[in-house]
Amino acid sequence: MRRPGWFAALLTAALALALAFLTLPVLAIFVHSSPGALLHSLGDPAARDALRLSLETTTIAVAVILLVGTPAAYLLATRAFPGRALVVTLLELPLVLPPAVAGIGLLAALGPDGLLGGALDDAGVQLVLQTAGVVVALIFVAAPFHLRAAQAAFTAVDPSWGEASRTLGAGEARTFARVAVPAALPGLSAGLALAWGRALGEFGATLMFAGSFRGITQTAPLAIYADFASDFDAALALSAVLVAVAAALLLSTKLVGRDALARA
Amino acid sequence: MLSLALETRVGAVELALELEVRDGACLALAGPSGAGKTSVLRAIAGLLRPARGRVACGGETWLDTAAGIERSPEQRGCGFVFQDYALFGHLSAWRNVAYGLPRAVPRARRRGEALALLERFGIAARAEERPGRLSGGERQRVALARALAMRPRALLLDEPLVALDATSATAAARELTGVLRDLRVPALLVTHDFAQAALLGDEVAVLDGGRIVQRGSAAELAATPASAFVADFTGAVVLRGHARCDTEGLTRVALEGGGEVLALAPAAGEVAVSVHPWEIALAPPGAAASGSARNRLDVEVMSVTEIGNRVRVGLAAPQPLAAELTGASAARLGLAPGVRAVASWKAAATRVMPR
Repeated sequence: MRRPGWFAALLTAALALALAFLTLPVLAIFVHSSPGALLHSLGDPAARDALRLSLETTTIAVAVILLVGTPAAYLLATRAFPGRALVVTLLELPLVLPPAVAGIGLLAALGPDGLLGGALDDAGVQLVLQTAGVVVALIFVAAPFHLRAAQAAFTAVDPSWGEASRTLGAGEARTFARVAVPAALPGLSAGLALAWGRALGEFGATLMFAGSFRGITQTAPLAIYADFASDFDAALALSAVLVAVAAALLLSTKLVGRDALARA
Repeated sequence: MLSLALETRVGAVELALELEVRDGACLALAGPSGAGKTSVLRAIAGLLRPARGRVACGGETWLDTAAGIERSPEQRGCGFVFQDYALFGHLSAWRNVAYGLPRAVPRARRRGEALALLERFGIAARAEERPGRLSGGERQRVALARALAMRPRALLLDEPLVALDATSATAAARELTGVLRDLRVPALLVTHDFAQAALLGDEVAVLDGGRIVQRGSAAELAATPASAFVADFTGAVVLRGHARCDTEGLTRVALEGGGEVLALAPAAGEVAVSVHPWEIALAPPGAAASGSARNRLDVEVMSVTEIGNRVRVGLAAPQPLAAELTGASAARLGLAPGVRAVASWKAAATRVMPR
């Protein structure tokens, strides 16, 4: 038998190191908290409020992202127009923005003294320190993930399918709904999961724009931060729940993608 | 009646053509790759907007750039069979076919209608399969069924046989001939293969450099090609030379590179002469001239290719030519690359075209 070369050993070592480093903190959360303590901590009304708020705000945010982002991504993927590359870059900018900068930007745009603050105030819309503000912050940081994935998914759909649909009597809207979306479904669901995961974990922009008030703007990540100095076990329990939800999201996307592949 | 006039630039090709197709007739638009054939179909279906043009079908104007009329593809209702079929990969065969059924067809009847069409093409058993699991021939039939299901006002076929292997293509061609015979609307078929154009089209229009250079029945095109390009495209042997009239009243063409060919049609100056490969007879070198063939050229066999029940023999003379004969004749003559022979054909089989 031939001895594995030193390079193969190096590759294996690199993978092992990456795997250990990236899974250790996740494992530690479950090792540190016994199931009993975990359940007990979740009985805490503050933790339940935070989880409920996280679920509500991320669901609304993801729904908005889906409804607005999907058609926008379809336009970007199927039409060529001047300045398209610039538009794509601008839409991706929040991806690389530090969360604190995102929070400041949202305040400067939508805060009481912000660009649109006066107009919002006149319309009776309050965002800062409100649940609605959490949703706005989540949409801002999470939307680019879905936009990117959806655009790539629509680009990958054979353009002749859309043309065939048109010659078969379907208008643009029907072609979008009956051909483009179903054909791009694996990519769309992947984008959705990414956006949802990002929204669930959002911390900085929410804290700066909406604050951290229990039951109103204190989402699960903010509650973890608020707890960890005083009640480490409660913080661990919340973290464990978030890990489980995130893993479930990741897994369901993979399953949707594999299912679509199997049917093709 | 489908009528079309368009002028537009597509890539490097300047398309400028007019054509009409009667109801129930099939015009084969034939030409080499890059001649702009597919663009013509796309302009008719509304998938490409020409710079200037007019498209009308069944008394309706679909496009008139001068009058500012432009109907969308879904308003035109052209049955379009794409070159790669463009079947929806996420839908089963019958759902692909049912996709274009008129909205008036009730939901419950869609499946029945789609299955009936698939049955007609002998693939009803594959109705539940997605396109990814169908063979090339099956896909072609699903695409055809899908285009017919919508009751098209014109049928447009883009290289319908090109994605098939030889056996499937023969079967598909037979089937397509039947479909076209029963069709009551105009059909326009695009192909780069003259034999397919001759087989499927009632008429053939040859497209070169964005223009129709000749239109007629396939036999007319092969017998009286308007140019060397058409002759070459129809599969004929084309030789170039200089023509003059001799004292017998025959046309003598001195071929470039040597050799002489006789033709009956009067001509003078730079010409191309053409002859069909199946009109060329081969004999061993030195065989006495016999029969009525007046044209004789010494040739060397370059290639021997079997095409179905016949053999195409590539020949080197000063200019290349090809002969087609039965396999038995080729074997009797012992034809193989390097063998020398005499190619002969009648002066009456020689067509002369200006260059």
